[in-house]
Amino acid sequence: MKFLLNLHDKLRPLFHKGGKLEKIEPLFDAQDTFLFTPATVTAKGAHVRDALDLKRVMIVVVLALLPCTLFGIWNAGHQYSLINVGAPQGLGADVLRGCRLVLPIIFVSYLVGGLWEVLFACVRRHEINEGFLVTGLLFPLTLPPTTPLWQVAIGISFGVVLGKEVFGGTGMNILNPALTARAFLYFAYPAQMSGNVWTALVKGGQVADGFTGATPLSIVATLPDKVPAIEALQQAGHSFLSMAKGIEAGSIGETSAIACAIGAIVLIVSGIGSWRIMAASVLGLLTGGYLANMMGSPSTMSQLPPYFHLVMGGFAFGAVFMATDPVSAAATNAGKWIYGFLIGLLTIIVRVANPAYPEGVMLAILFMNIMAPLIDNYVVVAHIKRRARRG
Amino acid sequence: MDLLNLAIKSIFIENILLSMFLGMCSYLAQSKKIESATGLGAAVVLVMTLACPVNWLIKHHLLRPGALAWTHIDALANMDLSFLSFICFISVIAALTQVVEMVMDRFFPPLYATLGIFLPLIAVNCAILGAVLFMDERKYDLAQSSVYGCTAGIGWALAIMILAAIRKKMRYSNVPAGLRGLGIAFLVTGFMAIGFLCFSGISLGTN
Repeated sequence: MKFLLNLHDKLRPLFHKGGKLEKIEPLFDAQDTFLFTPATVTAKGAHVRDALDLKRVMIVVVLALLPCTLFGIWNAGHQYSLINVGAPQGLGADVLRGCRLVLPIIFVSYLVGGLWEVLFACVRRHEINEGFLVTGLLFPLTLPPTTPLWQVAIGISFGVVLGKEVFGGTGMNILNPALTARAFLYFAYPAQMSGNVWTALVKGGQVADGFTGATPLSIVATLPDKVPAIEALQQAGHSFLSMAKGIEAGSIGETSAIACAIGAIVLIVSGIGSWRIMAASVLGLLTGGYLANMMGSPSTMSQLPPYFHLVMGGFAFGAVFMATDPVSAAATNAGKWIYGFLIGLLTIIVRVANPAYPEGVMLAILFMNIMAPLIDNYVVVAHIKRRARRG
Repeated sequence: MDLLNLAIKSIFIENILLSMFLGMCSYLAQSKKIESATGLGAAVVLVMTLACPVNWLIKHHLLRPGALAWTHIDALANMDLSFLSFICFISVIAALTQVVEMVMDRFFPPLYATLGIFLPLIAVNCAILGAVLFMDERKYDLAQSSVYGCTAGIGWALAIMILAAIRKKMRYSNVPAGLRGLGIAFLVTGFMAIGFLCFSGISLGTN
């Protein structure tokens, strides 16, 4: 470390104003502050002392994402074996296969998104920080493992440039960049982004019985009216527990509610993810589910027990990692409850009443990201009024 | 249920601003402050709520072929005056705008001052004429056109209030010089439209 520190100190003047490599200063700064505590301190005025700065925050989120990522890699390989071979190939072979499917997607996302980030940082002279490590990992985890790599590149470019950099970079955007990228791909290439994500992997051979590659949500969505959903799911090999574990077809990181719950615990304990938003969105989802049950509509999706919605589709992943993004979520405490609750409720509305989309959580969060500033504004206005009345 | 469906449709699914992109000029110009955006939104809701049913009555009792049969004058009974639709619609809207302007001047002078030229310009706000023409083209009945007018206005007001709140939050953003102001507002409008796509396809009436 001493050697590295000396090297950095020797190189530093090169990147300062007037130095030879002034233009790529953000690159140097990024790895310098990644390795060492910056020597610059605030000169005057009030400042907050906290070991948890922006860089540590982002790294903790990346750590919280690891269970989902690792599980996603194994599950991708597992599903591939089920569909193409007909039986699991053992842990090692499945993980290896999963790595070959998933790692290129993550790599392309980091590479292309990172290039944009560095380009903007150098031209606009802002820092490169670990926020990108989060976006660059969140985005691939929301994709089906069969996504073509060029689409990954286009999606992450859209998300990073239009979702974040045109607003000035980390902390200044209004929408979650990873979600922006995902929504862009969803509307631009609907064929690859929804429905039976795994059928694209079948090469020639016959699909093994019972493993058609449909996600549990699309199974329920395509059932005719008045069919008992739970039995239909059981026939396809899904129970509440299996869907919570997440050994099923779906996007890379979002199938396992248990892996998301581990991430949620990390985020809540470290104080980075808002427990209010997570709790409120679960509450909203259950409320919406019960309301749908009570409305007595014959469609199968609306008769699904509310707690099933928790483990199906991308809800757990969205509520834990996407909705809690502190930049695009509501900032006030009361606002967080409203914001989260409406995310859960809208997810149910889209799942039950919108035949156009099988999954609603992504669009629900995106819509609420847009609404968040307005909610915050009214919470603050109400607060000011209450204080004025009191005294 | 039908009317509720229509209401949800015109607020969220076919938001007159975010899916038809009508009424953009005052939307972009008056969205710098939430208060004035709310005021303009309320004015538009009021004008639209009145303009749609009033224009429906005019169209159905004066202008359309055979509408004048109630006069019992043979020469008038078969007359088709619908070529006058556009000019009648826009005059009604202009007159209603005048009324709203006078009411606002009398009761909410600060808001009247903030809105300035954009209040009389409601008269040529394409969202309002657009709503009236949609009402006419889709052959709504009187109840439907009242609901449609009101909810299309609410949809417009919702959109301008959201944009105003986002622009307020964006005061802390560091937008590239070339995009500041209108450029980024257009981009944000695009993102808002993507957000509203959440609702497209929802239908309550059928199930």
